[in-house]
Amino acid sequence: MPMTLSEKILARASGLNSVSAGDVVEPHVSLAMSHENAALVLHQFKEIYNGLTLPARVWDPSRIAIIFDHRIPAESSKTATNHKRVRDFIADQGITKFHDIRGDQGGICHQILPESGYVHPGAVVVGTDSHTTTHGALGAFAFGIGATEMASVWALGVALNIEVPKTIKVEISGKLSPFVSAKDIILYLIGLIKADGANYRALEFHGSTIRAMSTSSRLVLCNMAVEAGATVGMVPPDAETERYLNKEAHVSVPLWLEGPDADAVYERVVTIDADKLAPQVACPHTVDNVKPVTDIVGRKVDQIVIGSCTNGRLDDLAAAARVLKSRKIQAHTRMLVFPASWKIYKEAMELGYLKDLADSGAVIMNPGCGCCLGVHQGALGDGEVGLSTTNRNFKGRMGNPNAEVFLCSPEVAAASALRGVISDPREV
Amino acid sequence: MSKVIYVFEDDISTDHIYPGRFMATVLPSETPLHCFADMTELNSALKAKQYPEGSFLVAGSNFGCGSSREQAASTLKGHGLVIVARSFARIFLQNAVNLGLPLVHCPQIEASTGDELELKEDVLVNKTTGRTFEIVPLPKLRQAIMDSGGLIAYTRKLLVDRQA
Repeated sequence: MPMTLSEKILARASGLNSVSAGDVVEPHVSLAMSHENAALVLHQFKEIYNGLTLPARVWDPSRIAIIFDHRIPAESSKTATNHKRVRDFIADQGITKFHDIRGDQGGICHQILPESGYVHPGAVVVGTDSHTTTHGALGAFAFGIGATEMASVWALGVALNIEVPKTIKVEISGKLSPFVSAKDIILYLIGLIKADGANYRALEFHGSTIRAMSTSSRLVLCNMAVEAGATVGMVPPDAETERYLNKEAHVSVPLWLEGPDADAVYERVVTIDADKLAPQVACPHTVDNVKPVTDIVGRKVDQIVIGSCTNGRLDDLAAAARVLKSRKIQAHTRMLVFPASWKIYKEAMELGYLKDLADSGAVIMNPGCGCCLGVHQGALGDGEVGLSTTNRNFKGRMGNPNAEVFLCSPEVAAASALRGVISDPREV
Repeated sequence: MSKVIYVFEDDISTDHIYPGRFMATVLPSETPLHCFADMTELNSALKAKQYPEGSFLVAGSNFGCGSSREQAASTLKGHGLVIVARSFARIFLQNAVNLGLPLVHCPQIEASTGDELELKEDVLVNKTTGRTFEIVPLPKLRQAIMDSGGLIAYTRKLLVDRQA
């Protein structure tokens, strides 16, 4: 039976020769990731063992990763206490892949996993964060689960009741124009297929544009696959995947670099012509309310955010710094920059991007992702408009149901900062 | 038979159900306080226990889209609500099954606030309009988790079986 990339990985992880879309499998988990919500996971984990004579020990402490990124440093005593509970649990269980708030190891989970070499092609990765789809950029089957499901994984080492998804093939060809990036592709795709267009499905990204794309950009595509409802977003691993893992993540073990079978069965094929793509913006209050930037140029913006698990990487900071080019951000606009990890923070510092951004008027924040969901720093005021490189613009998302959030690329964000209104980076 | 207390449109996200700013609250015993926190009237009515257990929320497609936050399922469970939707987002559905929150996948549902609904084996009857709607059953394995009372009990059973 020919198989898609998802089917191949799930068959491998479940000890089966082949699986097809619709089968229910119980794959062995290669990596189980949590962040602050590990506080709830460990509560549920202890519940499982309540009344049993078995000791409450995780199945494999070396396969659990915990990264604090949603509320760091702790913004309240409640969070600080949750952090403390998790630290105590990590010490007690001997969990090694722990990234606390530290300048030599911290950052956003969806950046820490790739840059630390924790994710390999062909792996099954589960995370208590919906944007775990990000890691499909490295050819892993990586998906979001809830806290109780994670507690079950911690106990058993397998993910129960996983339905093998049907796959939508996304074929992207051609060369992106200057000031157009992976973020514009994924926003355009979500606008095209809508917020539930890939519900329960896998999105498999193919085509000449993808083959020429850096891992950093592939992470952007797969990160937002979940905004179309997808279980996973995936790029078949190739020479670029190998280069990234060897050179940037210092992985020295042999990698599984297989793609889907040539005659794999797809539910649907969506084609995108990268040559013709303009910068895109997702308008309030749904991620699929996508328009070309030209349609909404001139809309006043109060706060601009560059960062998050979507667009807080080195090339994103470089792109923003390039657009600003020693010019000043408009007086009545605030710009917050959250590098996705301390590694990126320091690289951007050494390369001068952070200085350039700060000289233009941006505020450099510590790595973290709380701003995106309105739990830590950078909340919007009543009636304010935010423009952000993050991945969600649901009502209330940036901490205020009486505010509006627009989503865009770092290029559009930086151009808009210069004028204080939504702007086309090709024209500033 | 119970009443529909609210009817939602499509794409109701986990940020609507349980706003992110309350995510430091994790315990299922505490999350019901912040259910639909940004919809103050509905939140107040829920907290004042104006609706009996088994009351229905009716929604369009893609209910529960967005975050994996399990609080979105535990907050609804805490109020004893039954959720009927034209479709559910994947992670939310799985969280609901894992916590034992009753979901009714009813692709054609049409109902208004105040309508009386009756849940039968494979159909949902709107007693007020007299119309009957088909229900899509949960896949078998998910039903097994529901029947165990949730994923905690189901995993506990697997651990015990493994030991035997």
